[in-house]
Amino acid sequence: MPELVISGNYAQSYAAKLARIQVASAYPITPQTAIVEKLAEFVASGELNAQFIKVESEHSALQACISAAALGARTYTATSSQGLLLMHELLHWAAGARTPVVMGVVNRAVAPPWSIWTDHTDTIAQRDTGWIQFYGESNQEVLDTTIMAFRLAEHPQVRLPVMVTEDAFYLSHTVEPVDIPTQAQVDSFLPKRDLADTLQIGTAMRMGSFTGPDLYMEFRHKVAKAMERAAPVFAEIEEDYRAITGRDHGGPLPTYRVDDADAVLVTMGTATTTAKGVVDELRAQGKRVGLAKLRMFRPFPQEELRRLATSTDRIGVLDRSFTFGAAGPAYTEVAGALYDASHKPQVRDFVAGLGGRDITPATIEEVFSHLLRGEGSEVTWVGLKRREGVATHG
Amino acid sequence: MARLTIPAEELMRSGHSACPGCGASLAMRYVLKGLGPRTLMTVPACCWTVIGTPFPTTALDVPMLDCAFEATGASISGLRAAADMLGLEDVTVVGFAGDGGTADIGLQALSGMLERRTDGIYIMYDNEAYMNTGIQRSGATPEGAWTTTTPVSKESRGKAEPKKDVMAIVVAHRPAYAATVNVAFPEDFLKKVQKAKAIHGPRFLHILAPCPPGWRYSTEKTIEIGRLATDTNVFPLYEVEDGVTRISRKLGTAKPVAEYLKVQGRFAHMDADEVAAFQADVDARWKRLLAQEAVA
Repeated sequence: MPELVISGNYAQSYAAKLARIQVASAYPITPQTAIVEKLAEFVASGELNAQFIKVESEHSALQACISAAALGARTYTATSSQGLLLMHELLHWAAGARTPVVMGVVNRAVAPPWSIWTDHTDTIAQRDTGWIQFYGESNQEVLDTTIMAFRLAEHPQVRLPVMVTEDAFYLSHTVEPVDIPTQAQVDSFLPKRDLADTLQIGTAMRMGSFTGPDLYMEFRHKVAKAMERAAPVFAEIEEDYRAITGRDHGGPLPTYRVDDADAVLVTMGTATTTAKGVVDELRAQGKRVGLAKLRMFRPFPQEELRRLATSTDRIGVLDRSFTFGAAGPAYTEVAGALYDASHKPQVRDFVAGLGGRDITPATIEEVFSHLLRGEGSEVTWVGLKRREGVATHG
Repeated sequence: MARLTIPAEELMRSGHSACPGCGASLAMRYVLKGLGPRTLMTVPACCWTVIGTPFPTTALDVPMLDCAFEATGASISGLRAAADMLGLEDVTVVGFAGDGGTADIGLQALSGMLERRTDGIYIMYDNEAYMNTGIQRSGATPEGAWTTTTPVSKESRGKAEPKKDVMAIVVAHRPAYAATVNVAFPEDFLKKVQKAKAIHGPRFLHILAPCPPGWRYSTEKTIEIGRLATDTNVFPLYEVEDGVTRISRKLGTAKPVAEYLKVQGRFAHMDADEVAAFQADVDARWKRLLAQEAVA
């Protein structure tokens, strides 16, 4: 298998190409642009036999993918930040219409003020749309997860759109060695799309349609059940992927040194790698800390979190976005999942790294220090500057 | 006996839920007669969302894909791309949208589809207001018309602004084909649909679809009023192919617009000055259309 040194953006492009997408539709937005530029190159050079629709907006990008998927094409798009927000209406549409669109999202802050740097607000704001969501930690994980995403989206028990995200610049523009599976490997893993439940020419049928209060709830319930099934189906898919490529990424909530941990930090995306280093350092100092990565945010790994909670008394959640009037979204979800757990650890929220502010080892050390002391408020904004430019907490 | 020029084949069922006298239901019926069974229909939010009947039924014998209100142009492009990849090159992809979904909220996606030169047909059935939501004014509502958002009172004389010229906007994109048709002239309608079907590239049809509840007339008058719209030059029938304009119906002397206005409750408040101003505008636009035809 060839190893290339590529960016997270190119990892997305290579994954889409290996998945033999038939229709791509996208609009440029920083820092996503390289994903679609590379796809345009693949199509232009004949390496990828696909139609690339250069649309006039993100909204149209997703509509074009939904319509193409409704007819049976394997479709892919990519976006970021404002573009994803503009797509919001169509995100609901893609899930409600049960179209297996796969989308790469480069996580980026939303305006104002304008910011093109890492922040999870854009994708977190889409958590209720019915999309399966993966948050990537490395370019390798992004590539592998994107290939798996197509099989998950198209699985007859699922048929839901899937979003694979990567942090802006930390992954999108950072090159890493990535092992690229061969086309034969991907072909054996990902068969052609099954054309059941697609538009059939010459047939009286309507997709989308409208319905009254007598049936609408049942449509929503079907989406809810499909989302539930996505978790066990993904476990099978990742197992198959490992059998073919020798690699997996640890399921929906991979953990790191959590056995006997007094405190566990829950992370998302690239902050995870930094936090692993800090866990090693603190372990070397005799502090019993560990880490769990929320790789899959939808469906939310509730059972895995409850299992994790049985072995620790303190859980910290590192949130790279904030729900105004409440708390960090990952925190509220983690705390909510643990409310009915047999063992309820203390759960604390740490908001950090918004708008691309670096989450450094010092940031993580500070978080663990708070967590181990067990003091302070439920929600802490870490590294917040006051007017005089002095970092404070709380 | 006259030769039957309208195909007998019906691809729209009588079991639909349009209002009595609905011009939009005739529009769909004629479009499908002209395009035939290998047609893929995509429809945004509009009267046809409802006319098409609720889940699990449908009024059409061809597949219909609902799409977002403002995204018909993009839906056409997506279906075309997928059809070409799936070996369905012979299928005609059609978007069927109302005037609000085209002239207003969907204008961007229409422009995108035309500029990308998507091989598909965009149809605007124009009933000159947001009829499905209860007769609110759209960019395609004519000046002076009463709607629920352009009320008539001493200070308000219906819509204050002129109708948006969507054909001119479309023609500026240099489409492969663009034409106006009117449900009251089915032979011309079918001829243009069949012509559009045979052409490749971005195509556009502007259909006048009179609406009894929205225009405030009794349901048996749809064809009569539709004919008046064209015969008064309010809605001229013409086509633009490769940049060349050809007017499809010219009367030696057009009927006065007053005949068209007076039979519709939405214009009932107009006084003689307002009618004269409407006439002057129609005359000026007709002159421009004649000049546009003469250029080619």
